[in-house]
Amino acid sequence: MNSQSGEPPTMETATTRRGFMEWFSWALLGLGSVAMAIPILGFFLGPILKPRADEWVDFGPLTDFPQNSTRLVDVLNPLRGANDGMTGKVAAYVRRIEGETFQIFSTHCTHLGCPVSWFKESGLYMCPCHGGVYYEDGGHASGPPPRGLYEFEHRVEKDRLMVKLGHLPTLQDPGSAHVSGKNS
Amino acid sequence: MKQAIGKLLWWFEERLELRTSLWTVMRHPIPRDLRTQVGWLYVFGSTAMTLLVLQIVTGIGLGMVYVPSAGEAYESLEHINYNVELGWMLRAIHNWSANGMVVLVVVHMTQVFLMGAYKYPRELTWMIGVVLFLLTLGMAFTGQVLRWDADSYWGLGVGVAMVGRIPYIGPELVELMLGGPTVGADTLSRFFALHVFVMPGLLFASLTVHLYLVVRKGISEPPKPDDLVDPETYVEKYEEKLKTGDPFFPDVFLRDAAFIGLTLLVIVGMSAILGPDGPGAPPDPTLLAVEPLPDWYFLPAFAVLALSPPSLETGIILIAPVIIVAIMFLFPVFAGKGQRSPRRRPVAVLIVIGCFLSYCVLWQLGVQEPWSPHMTAWSGVPVPTHMIKGRSPKELQGAAILQEKTCRNCHALDGQGGQRGPDLTVVATRLTRDQLIRQVVQGGGNMPAYGKELNRFEVEALVSFLETLKPEGYASAEASVVTDRAD
Ligand code: FES
Repeated sequence: MNSQSGEPPTMETATTRRGFMEWFSWALLGLGSVAMAIPILGFFLGPILKPRADEWVDFGPLTDFPQNSTRLVDVLNPLRGANDGMTGKVAAYVRRIEGETFQIFSTHCTHLGCPVSWFKESGLYMCPCHGGVYYEDGGHASGPPPRGLYEFEHRVEKDRLMVKLGHLPTLQDPGSAHVSGKNS
Repeated sequence: MKQAIGKLLWWFEERLELRTSLWTVMRHPIPRDLRTQVGWLYVFGSTAMTLLVLQIVTGIGLGMVYVPSAGEAYESLEHINYNVELGWMLRAIHNWSANGMVVLVVVHMTQVFLMGAYKYPRELTWMIGVVLFLLTLGMAFTGQVLRWDADSYWGLGVGVAMVGRIPYIGPELVELMLGGPTVGADTLSRFFALHVFVMPGLLFASLTVHLYLVVRKGISEPPKPDDLVDPETYVEKYEEKLKTGDPFFPDVFLRDAAFIGLTLLVIVGMSAILGPDGPGAPPDPTLLAVEPLPDWYFLPAFAVLALSPPSLETGIILIAPVIIVAIMFLFPVFAGKGQRSPRRRPVAVLIVIGCFLSYCVLWQLGVQEPWSPHMTAWSGVPVPTHMIKGRSPKELQGAAILQEKTCRNCHALDGQGGQRGPDLTVVATRLTRDQLIRQVVQGGGNMPAYGKELNRFEVEALVSFLETLKPEGYASAEASVVTDRAD
């Protein structure tokens, strides 16, 4: 509009103005993109930005667990979501050695996560996938698993067995009884 | 009337200009040599693409009824199977067509590889093809997750265990993969998003580039022995061939049409007869009496995981796939010139045969799972009667212990039972009494030690039964042969 009334802009002013416009446009685009990318990336990275720690779960009265025996206990996973349905359940093997000494094992094979079954007759856990076998105390007995069963931390509270669990244990992030566990 | 239609068509043509665009593409010339029998080898790509379209159509149908929520997915699959009109059929078609797609993509790649069609100037076409292959497998795996049954739940567990082995960032990647600390609603939803939005989008984008390259660079002529590919002269020679070529549509397409038709018939037939796949047992983490298996095309990988030595395993899981994909992807860069004919490329032929043979052998092993205990053998497979006839009470007690202590889950008698440990039918000819006791009590090799589970009377009875396990008239194992071991 200015140029209508006055002189046409000289070459020099035109380039500086264009230079500024160019710079400004790119900067604006960059700024807008970054501002938009932050929440979107944040959303996608949500699960690791806001990790959830394992929680204590009531496994029932001590009288449920005879001395020197192992049994499978089903509970609701404390970390389950509202829509998880049956996948919100979790099972763990409880071995009462004696008194208040327990061992709580994950059902996931430490090889590749298949479900291990307990055979009280032979005192062994067997995995159906690649032949992993564990002893009663969770130690590795045979097959490809690189270590013994994952264990969860426990304590006895008012004559009830409390177990700390939630996340799916993996080699680098095992159950809560292993101090190295990130989530424990 | 006719005139009016003609006018209308012309109105569109004036604006779309299809005669000079799409129609020329449809009519692009194909080398005449395809007229012979060999032309039948060129039908797999278009058929795989047709199945992709079929997957989209049936997938949309399933998407209208399937509920991608961990709490309801299983029921919604049963609802589709049993309540929705022809729902079972649509699930069956989606499944069998997916299987067909995996097969056809592999067959197509094999043909392209054997006929050297990936060489100059079609290297990029092959590379995009590798991407399409990986996306097809990705669709297969994510689709298997959406089936949301026990196999899918534990299959995710296996995936998690593998990803979790990646150094340093494994645990973080696991949480990203699951959408949280454990398998649940967020897991299913993100696999749903991958299967329904992300991967099909990538598939279509890659397929577009693939097709663009196929049309621009032309369909490769069937290779002739000693007709070498030389980037200097190839294009000129190829263009010369095209001068006498046949138009793709409809001439060359007729074979594609026939094979596509046949494939569709086979898939409809299989779907009607075999029905949909699953869902199997519900995805309940507390039901442990399941034996998770991947879909058939991943069985060889499953076998590799059972057979690889523990010390190399993490390497095999994490590094081998990267190397394999890199080799597949970069292959044409290193072998993009020269001979195309399989008659002059024995190594290429051997590679293909080697790959297929090892795939089949591993697949067979994956089906038999000789490394897995048979979880029900101890209670379901009795001791053969001829082995207990005429035995003393102590020996009979031993036979009972053999069953009761789940030995049969790993050990067969007369070929019945687990294959994990050696068949015990003639064990007495191999091991002496002392060795038997030692093996039972201390274990060794793949065998756990049973010392704590059996008292000495039980060991005694078990071993006296094992000592009877030899063919009539055969001697027992000689103690002297292995005295150094029985110290
Ligand atoms: S997952 Fe248990 S042995 Fe492989």
